[in-house]
Amino acid sequence: MTLVTNDAVRGGTLTGNEREPAEKEVVLSVQNVTKNIHGRTIIRGISFDVHAGEIFGFLGPNGSGKTTTIRMLVDLIRPTSGDIYVCGYHVRRDPEKALRHIGCIVENPEMYGYMTGWENLEHFARMQHGIDIERIREVVEIVGMDARIHDKVKTYSLGMRQRLGIAQALLGKPRVLILDEPTNGLDPKGIKELRIFIRSLAEQGMSLFISSHLLSEIQLMCDRVAIISKGEVIAVGDVDSLVSRNESYVLWQLDGREAGLRLLEGDPNVRIVPENELRLDESVTALLPGAIATTMAHEHVASMIRKLSEAGIGIMAVQKVAPTLEELFLTMTEGDTVE
Amino acid sequence: MNSIMPLIRNETVKVWKKKRFLVVIAVLLVLIPVFTYAQMKISLSNRESFTDWRLQLQQKITDYQNQLSSERIPEEWKRYRRIAVQQMQYYLDHNVNPDSPNAVTFTRGFMDASVSMFIPLLVLAIASDLVSGERSTGTMKMLLTRPVRRWKILLSKFIALTLYVSLLLLTTVVLSYLIAGLVFGYGGWSLPVFTGFVVHGSEVDSSAVHPVPQWMYLLMMTGLVWISAMTIACLALMVSVLVRSTAASIVTMMAAIIAGSILSAMASSWESAKYIFSVNLELTNYLAGSPPPIDGMNLLFSLAVLGFWAVSALIVSFTVFTKQDMLN
Repeated sequence: MTLVTNDAVRGGTLTGNEREPAEKEVVLSVQNVTKNIHGRTIIRGISFDVHAGEIFGFLGPNGSGKTTTIRMLVDLIRPTSGDIYVCGYHVRRDPEKALRHIGCIVENPEMYGYMTGWENLEHFARMQHGIDIERIREVVEIVGMDARIHDKVKTYSLGMRQRLGIAQALLGKPRVLILDEPTNGLDPKGIKELRIFIRSLAEQGMSLFISSHLLSEIQLMCDRVAIISKGEVIAVGDVDSLVSRNESYVLWQLDGREAGLRLLEGDPNVRIVPENELRLDESVTALLPGAIATTMAHEHVASMIRKLSEAGIGIMAVQKVAPTLEELFLTMTEGDTVE
Repeated sequence: MNSIMPLIRNETVKVWKKKRFLVVIAVLLVLIPVFTYAQMKISLSNRESFTDWRLQLQQKITDYQNQLSSERIPEEWKRYRRIAVQQMQYYLDHNVNPDSPNAVTFTRGFMDASVSMFIPLLVLAIASDLVSGERSTGTMKMLLTRPVRRWKILLSKFIALTLYVSLLLLTTVVLSYLIAGLVFGYGGWSLPVFTGFVVHGSEVDSSAVHPVPQWMYLLMMTGLVWISAMTIACLALMVSVLVRSTAASIVTMMAAIIAGSILSAMASSWESAKYIFSVNLELTNYLAGSPPPIDGMNLLFSLAVLGFWAVSALIVSFTVFTKQDMLN
């Protein structure tokens, strides 16, 4: 089990890199980075690349090293070993050039509460060459903060601060925008707006690096994903191909389960998935009590339905379910603990 | 590429918007009138008992001499008294009133009294959270992820701090003069003040003594206070870099300063205490010719000690700040 997933993952990484157009520009490159803090190894030799114009998810449970990694990307802490390049500039050796291409929010969007949103933006604009008032107006408009921008930041809600943080990050027209758990504390409406906003930024050619501990979020938002667990990147690849790598299930809820099961078992095109192998969200199985899980090519589904009804077995529901990233993640981290 | 000027502007704006300097001015606006009132009471009672300042000074000299012959006074105090008597005698001999009531004399006295505790306290109000404040609110992360080298950020903070310390002293002088002037009148700029007393043990060598106009004396004095204040500022900056909490950084610095003033008051026989920065803060004493807290201290020595502490503090601040991991 463990071996299979790990192989699949490695295959995913390789094919991902080989098959994707090789000319795709790498804007953020993390190469074999390790970090020890107080004698403990927090990050164990992680590597991944982020390409221009993609939304890159950085997925891992809390405490897996996501924020530590992000802090290294933006030169807040130095890697114990390994290299990080932003648009070809080494973050540690050439921070002035590397950081010019990065906009970021590390953890919470903390700004100076005793100044207005506008004054905060002016403050950060002065720290980088070539940002004028026009650009400040532009980013204020992009994040839709015109109405409150001249209020003190300490009067802002979390959502407003988030927007101001993004406005600040966008000031220098960065190639890469790094957002650390951006949906934390936002309501569903805010999360949806953020998702649309992130997509529109990517369409304009910006790369986004988004960390999250929520798999559904990454699945909805991201093109590619690196999965980190206990300081190690255990998979890098397309979100879609990582998901479709696990075959999708076809669930059958039948009136006359025993007869149906015999019929399904008898068909050479169908494989019954045993209970212990099944990885499905409970919200799916709860709706289909007693359903038989199978894997089969989807062109056989229609003939199977005919076969079942000819045999007088009532079909209450047939559902195709793609295993989610969560299931994928579960198998991978389980493999982790087995090792 | 990135010039330092916009960064200095940022830091200056932040201190201003935090309203720290307004607090400092408010404190001055309360305290100076209080001291002015106290000074006025003293002058009034003196005027009642003595018609002439010469008589008053003579009386003081006689009092001190009586104390000198007393058995119960410790030798240490007697030394101070002896020196004070010789200086007062010098003023009397040259017919110069050392305490003539006017706004400039008040300002001089106020600066003299506040150099060891009050001015350092006000400097701490500005300096102590320059770095630790940004770390505890998390804005340091935003600051350091901009394309600016860390040493430039700290340098801009230090320059802004220097500006505010200078502004603080200027404000103190101007406010003392303006407020005290309401009571004592705005004159006194050209009154002579004697400087250059050299203390050897309990003897005063007055061969180098010369009069300077009071405005010049005030200027020299403010310069010396500035040096003391900047030493405090450098040390506070260092503590602010090393300690994450602003409260802890203020407490640490205050403890060091108070310890120093207690040590100097003990006129200690522990001679190596003279290398502690806070024992050397009262640079203005050298100008007035008061005996130093510990033998062997003089203006150059104190300047060297303060300079050493300030430069070391800056080296530590910059080294730590540019290298440290920002984990929170």
